Amino acid sequence: MSTTVDQVTLLARRSVLRTWRNPAATIFPLIFPMLLLAVNSGGLRAETHLPGFPTTSFVAFALAVPFIQGALFATMNAGTDLARDIESGFMNRLSLTPLRGAALLTGQLGGVIALGVVQACFYITVGTIAGVRFASGAAGIAVLLVFAAFVSLAFGSLGAFVALRTGSTESVQSLFPVFFVFLFISSMNIPRNLIQTTWFRDAATANPVSYLLECVRSLIITGWNGEALGLGFGVLAIIAVAGLSLASLTLPKRLGR
Amino acid sequence: MDHPNTIEAEKLVREFKKGPRAVDGIDLHVDPGEIYGFLGPNGAGKSTTVLMLTTLLPPTAGTARVGGYDVVREGPQVRSSIGAALQEAALDPLLTGREHLQLQAALQALPRPERAARATELLDRVGLTEAADRKVRGYSGGMKRRLDLAMALVHRPRILFLDEPTTGLDVQSRTALWNEVGRLAREDGVTVFLTTQYLEEADVLADRVGIIDHGHIVAEGTPDELKAEIGRPTVEVTTAGVDGRVAVEEVLARFGTLVPSSRGVAVRLETTNEAGLAEVVRALDAGGLRVDNLELHSPTLDDVFLAKTGRSLEGHGGDDE
Repeated sequence: MSTTVDQVTLLARRSVLRTWRNPAATIFPLIFPMLLLAVNSGGLRAETHLPGFPTTSFVAFALAVPFIQGALFATMNAGTDLARDIESGFMNRLSLTPLRGAALLTGQLGGVIALGVVQACFYITVGTIAGVRFASGAAGIAVLLVFAAFVSLAFGSLGAFVALRTGSTESVQSLFPVFFVFLFISSMNIPRNLIQTTWFRDAATANPVSYLLECVRSLIITGWNGEALGLGFGVLAIIAVAGLSLASLTLPKRLGR
Repeated sequence: MDHPNTIEAEKLVREFKKGPRAVDGIDLHVDPGEIYGFLGPNGAGKSTTVLMLTTLLPPTAGTARVGGYDVVREGPQVRSSIGAALQEAALDPLLTGREHLQLQAALQALPRPERAARATELLDRVGLTEAADRKVRGYSGGMKRRLDLAMALVHRPRILFLDEPTTGLDVQSRTALWNEVGRLAREDGVTVFLTTQYLEEADVLADRVGIIDHGHIVAEGTPDELKAEIGRPTVEVTTAGVDGRVAVEEVLARFGTLVPSSRGVAVRLETTNEAGLAEVVRALDAGGLRVDNLELHSPTLDDVFLAKTGRSLEGHGGDDE
């Protein structure tokens, strides 16, 4: 009998292959966040003159955003791929093999994680070319890559859950605006302590996306910050546990087992 | 314990929420190596039955055993015994034909050195060798169906479920698929459960046919047995005008029961042999009646369906019989 590791490897390979062969799924997540970075860095550069702004380079400040946008794309990719498999009947075909449910989920997410890490490498390279110096050094860059992998896993599992629950690509894609709202009501464009509008500051404080951004930002701008890292990875762990649990609970019904 | 390649169901029911009973207490027995044609119009319950027999959908009531295993309690054993090509060709458009087969071979736990050779063998068998390394999104409908069949065969299943495998295919692709399914049953002893809405497909391919309508099996037997139940051939006459039609009806009524005809006047002959046609011709001639066309129809499975349900199957699925 084929081992779970073998099954995971095969399905992850398939996930990477289909992403690689679909240019829209590869190029858009790379280019779109960089365009947004360029626009924001040009338009909001004056923010760096605010008293208490943590850096003189707005590019360094804003470079955290693409990492979180990568989460959006991870969610969409993982969910859309699974939903397509359900709609096309490919999931039924997989159900008729001795494939383990955990292997299916892990394999599918494996491809999304691989794409997430490639995206992170691209963002780091572009940031470096634009003059960003990573305060936490090479080790910090390594942690950023681990963070990107975790972001893809956590948000990808949420996308997978919605796909398994609904079996519909439209339902998965309807998550996009929801996540975008979370992204905008966060410390995406300004540090929380500099937000003047009370309700917005409160909303950003309650929004877990703020802590993900601040985790990445700390590695880029301030160096090693245990609190920011703990909060960022902690939020990711909660999302990953929730997403994976929900997806795992839904999977047996979808597989007809 | 011996597990024969049989398919058995007893009082099998599937009820959907807020819907009618898609399958309403059917009994089935398919012998090893038999090709069983499950014939019915869209929505009759064919695909729901297949989903239950392949463990993809739990029955609401009743029992079913496939390959000697219970579909509810022994799902993994059932799945390892069967291959299935369901209604939609379940393929990934971004993978090649060869990649599909190698993935399937791996997931079916074929030993690593055997996977590539099995993929090549099956690609050759279904005539896809030349297209093996092309992405599936460029395949025609017939090529997708053939690849789907090949994937169902990767692990050499003892029982094969094919859900409307030739729907939408051209005549050439359909014939090629029929040949392969026939060969699997004859040479490899595979039991085949085939759903179809094509009368010709059931007639040509199936050893036995079950006709399903509104979730009930309304007739079952070999195609010849079912047609023999209807028994008598029909003579259909197209007349030159309305006046002639009445006179022709009077003549034909002497030879059997008049039956509905969209083109003229039709009579189901009382005799079971086709010699009755000559007598009809002589009677029309003796009455001095002119006819435009006269045809003798042997009973078809559609006649069987019409007799059992009061409706014609032809036209439900765009059948070209």
